[in-house]
Amino acid sequence: MNKILKKAFFSSNVVYFEVEAPLIARSRKAGHFVLVKVGTHGERIPLTIAASDPVKGSISLVVQRVGVSSTKLCALNEGEYITDLVGPLGKATHIEQFGTVVCAGGGVGVAPLLPIVEAMKKAGNRVITILAARSKDLVILEEQMRANSDEVIVMTDDGTYGKKGIVTAGIEEVLLREHVDMCVTVGPAVMMKYVALLTKKYNVPTMASLNTIMVDGTGMCGACRVTVGGKTKFVCIDGPEFDAHQVDFYEMQMRLGSYKEIERVAMEHYLEKTGSN
Amino acid sequence: MTENRANTRNATWREQLRKSITNKQRTAISRVHMHELDANYRNHNNEEVNMGLTLEEALTEAKRCLDCPTPTCMSGCPVSIDIPSFVKNIERNEILEAASVLKQTSALPAVCGRVCPQEKQCEASCIYTQKLGKEAVAIGYLERFAADFERESGQASIPACAPTNDIKIAVVGSGPAGLSFAGDMAKRGYQVTVFEALHEIGGVLKYGIPEFRLPNDVIDVEIENIKKMGVEIITNCIVGKTITYEELKEEGFKGLFVASGAGLPRFMNISGENLIGVMSSNEYLTRINLMGASRDGDTPVLSGKNVAIIGGGNTAMDAVRTAKRLGANRAMIVYRRSEHEMPARIEEIKHAKEEGIEFLTLHNPIEYLGDERGHVTTMRLQKMELGEPDESGRRSPVEIPGAIETIDVDTVIVSIGVSPNPLVPSSIQGLSVTKWGTLVVNDDLQTTIPAIYAGGDIVRGGATVILAMGDGRKAAAAMDEYLHSGSC
Ligand SMILES: Cc1cc2nc3c(=O)[nH]c(=O)nc-3n(C[C@H](O)[C@H](O)[C@H](O)COP(=O)(O)OP(=O)(O)OC[C@H]3O[C@@H](n4cnc5c(N)ncnc54)[C@H](O)[C@@H]3O)c2cc1C
Ligand SMILES: Cc1cc2nc3c(=O)[nH]c(=O)nc-3n(C[C@H](O)[C@H](O)[C@H](O)COP(=O)(O)OP(=O)(O)OC[C@H]3O[C@@H](n4cnc5c(N)ncnc54)[C@H](O)[C@@H]3O)c2cc1C
Ligand code: SF4
Ligand code: SF4
Ligand code: FES
Repeated sequence: MNKILKKAFFSSNVVYFEVEAPLIARSRKAGHFVLVKVGTHGERIPLTIAASDPVKGSISLVVQRVGVSSTKLCALNEGEYITDLVGPLGKATHIEQFGTVVCAGGGVGVAPLLPIVEAMKKAGNRVITILAARSKDLVILEEQMRANSDEVIVMTDDGTYGKKGIVTAGIEEVLLREHVDMCVTVGPAVMMKYVALLTKKYNVPTMASLNTIMVDGTGMCGACRVTVGGKTKFVCIDGPEFDAHQVDFYEMQMRLGSYKEIERVAMEHYLEKTGSN
Repeated sequence: MTENRANTRNATWREQLRKSITNKQRTAISRVHMHELDANYRNHNNEEVNMGLTLEEALTEAKRCLDCPTPTCMSGCPVSIDIPSFVKNIERNEILEAASVLKQTSALPAVCGRVCPQEKQCEASCIYTQKLGKEAVAIGYLERFAADFERESGQASIPACAPTNDIKIAVVGSGPAGLSFAGDMAKRGYQVTVFEALHEIGGVLKYGIPEFRLPNDVIDVEIENIKKMGVEIITNCIVGKTITYEELKEEGFKGLFVASGAGLPRFMNISGENLIGVMSSNEYLTRINLMGASRDGDTPVLSGKNVAIIGGGNTAMDAVRTAKRLGANRAMIVYRRSEHEMPARIEEIKHAKEEGIEFLTLHNPIEYLGDERGHVTTMRLQKMELGEPDESGRRSPVEIPGAIETIDVDTVIVSIGVSPNPLVPSSIQGLSVTKWGTLVVNDDLQTTIPAIYAGGDIVRGGATVILAMGDGRKAAAAMDEYLHSGSC
């Protein structure tokens, strides 16, 4: 049981939580994630640790509402408890002074990108962050990103904010303009696939943080497996970050759709039951 | 009463009991049959298949035991339970006393009575099997009977604990090895804290073995007893991640017992293994048993109409019988050797067959094919025949050239074994591991770091509940001695 100390809305579908978790706050590093379960019969879902306060003994999570489990979590209020929370999981991001680093995030990937941006900046890199969203009201964490980046480029599909276009257009703009030593990308599998194709063309080493389906998060089940460089890897223990040029994004995208139909039906039932929307 | 308490073979009551009927009469009794739920009823639900013995049946079965001067059965039990002593207590209707004899050796008799491969262990060494050519005394059924009787009587005794010695001991993992170690150390007066990575306590007993074989209530009672002895259990805490060994030492823990199991699933690395619908038995059983998928849980599970399980062990049997229960029309075991070589308990194979499970023995998958959305649709199987015995002593499967079969499937569950969980070994510097990833220990189960002991599957690879439990008890005795020898 972990107490929610603070809750805030970053947008109508994105919620910020500060949660009591003293041991994790002490040991976590950028790139680590936790598994969270709401209710006795809840699902275990992975969420990146966005920040931590070892003194206060708390960690921060930024959650985007997409299906039943994230919606149940987002419905919790300050003072209430998250039933189960375990971590920190995964390997920490490989942080060093690379030089110029482009951090590109979109959709579900923006929240997990934040701690990486912060750590890259702290390590003395020149950080250029590219935030992609479908439209203006879906752009999240811009302020926090600006505080930790040398430059932020916002891209929207419909041009309602920032520049019009998809994330790769933003990256290419930077690649044409200056030398980039490293690229980090987090987002939907399709997005990361195109980022990887682009940076490969420009020969820029690229790390992708993969958000596969997970169950235990400790290497026990294999639900999170992906093919990297022709070998099967478990995202929860071997990752979540991998060399983007080696990842089979096609397979990853396919596997993310494993429960699509079941999840859609579950969400409909949930909305009916709770009478929301 | 003092005489009653003496359970040795030459105790008066036992001598009298032996003389009460002749061995000839005893051996003339035929072995009891376990009552089971009807196969066509049980294959739709999660109720326990074996219903247990009645008191009368247990009393009669106990009569069959000859109270042998050299009880060979005991040498077949990995922890040498005093079998004749508990069985004779059943015969004289002192069931609680029988349970207490069991508990002297086993921390989890209700569990072992249900899941031990008895036909390969105690019962294989019983004189009935060895010399008389008859069916063995039903030691496993009787063990379960005595343990269930005690639990249901509400008179289960909480073992007396020595006064606390204020020495803190940490345990990694709450499976049978961790729990039995914790119980034994608590009895010796240690302050024990068990750290469990998952949100549930019990290890494989909870997330792996289904309730139709081992109901959760049975395990929960044991867990409650261990808690009553003062053992603290902290869930959602991964040693090596949430808290490190160094931090545990700083917090004053003087010893560590690693019982983190063999949780890493193996795959075959064949084409199509990452298609949707192909998964490890760990994933399948965890989703269902731990997360409540297909029952009241939010977690989904893919379990289709044509389900193939690859493998022939207990895990494969549990998965295939679960698939049937979730509504599969065809639930199949695909195993590359013959039924004779299957490692699963004979009872599970029998139950599976009764429930309508198909057995494709001498078949080995070589490829899975899927549709445009990436869902598995068919598998290609290579037919095999038996060749010469291999290093395991079992006849090895050899491909029959060109004999390939294609079968429709929508779910494939890969159950070809597990490897030790590398999390703890890799997080503690100085722990030696073997090339199989198991921890190196000496005869006392002490690792290459003197204050760290280890047991169960992390030392043995995928083994059995009774061996894990036995390791826990052995390690507790050894660590106790080590901590008192002043060498630390
Ligand atoms: C290592 C890791 C870190 C993560 N960090 C964060 C984070 O910090 N914040 C956050 O909001 N989310 C994060 N995610 C994703 C998050 O775990 C999922 O969004 C969540 O599990 C969805 O559960 P649900 O039941 O609400 O939705 P579901 O019912 O499972 O899914 C609803 C819809 O969303 C899609 N979907 C589900 N999971 C994903 C995914 N991982 N990527 C893309 N689409 C998906 C489904 O296909 C479906 O259409 C992370 C995932 C991983 C693996
Ligand atoms: C489906 C299935 C059916 C089986 N059927 C039988 C049977 O019929 N008969 C039989 O005798 N045996 C059977 N077995 C084997 C038996 O269950 C195991 O041998 C036994 O459970 C091993 O016990 P253990 O205590 O070593 O480990 P486990 O039971 O695996 O428990 C290990 C625990 O440690 C936890 N853990 C791991 N790493 C950490 C960490 N870093 N920090 C904190 N906690 C951690 C895990 O989450 C787990 O709960 C079966 C196994 C399976 C999977
Ligand atoms: S613990 Fe297992 S092997 Fe030992 S006597 Fe009991 S059933 Fe037989
Ligand atoms: S060998 Fe068989 S008959 Fe003899 S004591 Fe053991 S269980 Fe009884
Ligand atoms: S989530 Fe189970 S192995 Fe990665």
